[in-house]
Amino acid sequence: MKENILIIGGGAAGMEAATQLHKMGLNPIIIEKSEALGGHIAQWDRLFPAFHPAKDVVDKMLDQVKGIDVRLNTEVVDIQRDNNGFHAVLSNNEKIDAQAVILATGFDVFKAERKQEYGYGIYNNVMTSVELEKFFRTGKDDRINHPKRIGFVHCVGARDVKVCNTYCSKVCCTTALKQACEIKEVFPDAEVYTFYMDLRMFGPGYEDLYLKTQKDFDVKCVRGRVCEVSEDMDGKLVIKAEDTLFGKPLKMTLDLLVLMCSMEKNKSIDAIQQKLGVANNSDGFMQNKDMYLGMNDTAQDGVFVAGACTAPKSLPDTIGEARSVATQVYNYLNR
Amino acid sequence: MDFGFCLSPSSHVKMDSVDLTTFNRLKETNPDINTCIACGSCTATCTAGHFTEMSFRRILLMLQRGKEDEAKKMIQRCMLCGKCTLVCPRGINIRKILLDITR
Ligand SMILES: Cc1cc2nc3c(=O)[nH]c(=O)nc-3n(C[C@H](O)[C@H](O)[C@H](O)COP(=O)(O)OP(=O)(O)OC[C@H]3O[C@@H](n4cnc5c(N)ncnc54)[C@H](O)[C@@H]3O)c2cc1C
Ligand code: SF4
Ligand code: SF4
Ligand code: SF4
Repeated sequence: MKENILIIGGGAAGMEAATQLHKMGLNPIIIEKSEALGGHIAQWDRLFPAFHPAKDVVDKMLDQVKGIDVRLNTEVVDIQRDNNGFHAVLSNNEKIDAQAVILATGFDVFKAERKQEYGYGIYNNVMTSVELEKFFRTGKDDRINHPKRIGFVHCVGARDVKVCNTYCSKVCCTTALKQACEIKEVFPDAEVYTFYMDLRMFGPGYEDLYLKTQKDFDVKCVRGRVCEVSEDMDGKLVIKAEDTLFGKPLKMTLDLLVLMCSMEKNKSIDAIQQKLGVANNSDGFMQNKDMYLGMNDTAQDGVFVAGACTAPKSLPDTIGEARSVATQVYNYLNR
Repeated sequence: MDFGFCLSPSSHVKMDSVDLTTFNRLKETNPDINTCIACGSCTATCTAGHFTEMSFRRILLMLQRGKEDEAKKMIQRCMLCGKCTLVCPRGINIRKILLDITR
């Protein structure tokens, strides 16, 4: 009999881990709580740094998991462990026995209304990066009516003790510049500003994207954090920030403000995580065993982690981890 | 009688009313003007900057923040030695831009 490996979460991490384990002759089973595989990248239009269609990547991954056991609209409601392995009960009352478990439940997007001073949910023309991706995909959003001036706020829900998230969310700087170029493509006459504290263009081709943003798209990057947003009589947004490079406070009227929301730990898995004995780290994400050599391992033998459930990660990071977790699981089963 | 009270003007840069004509004119012939990453190398190496407030990094910002007069005043300190152009990591032709501003 093939050995079962329970993969909780069918995003990029879960799908890629399943693909690799399947190729190794094992029997991965993906438990996905939503109605489709793909996770967050299925919500994105194009990916940084090269504006590659996200759908292309998702379709390729979907193709690879053909023939693999998948349960959609399903969650794990209980899990026990004994000498024979793991015994899971699913929300459809099905019982599954497995030799190893991979947690690949990814992240949740920071709820922008928690940063009340940015006026999300209060002022009409404030939206999130996730909603802007949707606009790029569908071409529809009531808030976007030929804006003449557009602003992007970095680090919303990140690097901020006030919301208890002191970590950097890693991908939102690159996403902001990518989206700034894209909105400029849609509205070439618009002036586009981004407000950053540090620009973290960490990957291959990302710094080139920054140069392109400045040179080809005429996006203006202002170093300073937007501190407050208000609305004027015409329903336009008035923002305040310090231009810290110039050393003066600055005021500007905008037609649209986009909040680059951070990644937070997806908490829907907390109860199962507790039953498995996997703790969270100080950023609230899942704790892996070791930052360098044990990034896929947890304090519990046989329980593995991959993808954005342990920290904010880009798609290449996530795919890399998903492939390495497959190796770790294989070695564990053949120990 | 003077009681020493007065109204201080706001120190805010009001981006809505900034006149970008000069900056935009420069941009047409010097597209690299947009690519500054504010590293400060030009200012650090500038001989004039060791004795005056001369800073090309700031001049670029002044032009975009409605302080054109101040920028033009600052340029008078420049000796056109070109050291700044040698060090700029973005390869901006600073000396040429300085000349173009005053044209
Ligand atoms: C606005 C934005 C734009 C981005 N753009 C890019 C980009 O251009 N390029 C790039 O490289 N990266 C980008 N990223 C990062 C990228 O989205 C992540 O790296 C990737 O989604 C992580 O994949 P994952 O599988 O770990 O998590 P997720 O994508 O979050 O997938 C997790 C999956 O698990 C499921 N799940 C969650 N909880 C449970 C549960 N309890 N039971 C069962 N299933 C569960 C979810 O439904 C989901 O399908 C972006 C991120 C953001 C926020
Ligand atoms: S990646 Fe950039 S925007 Fe995101 S939290 Fe880090 S510094 Fe802020
Ligand atoms: S050219 Fe002018 S700004 Fe540049 S280093 Fe020489 S004096 Fe300074
Ligand atoms: S050296 Fe170049 S990039 Fe650095 S501040 Fe001066 S002009 Fe900008």
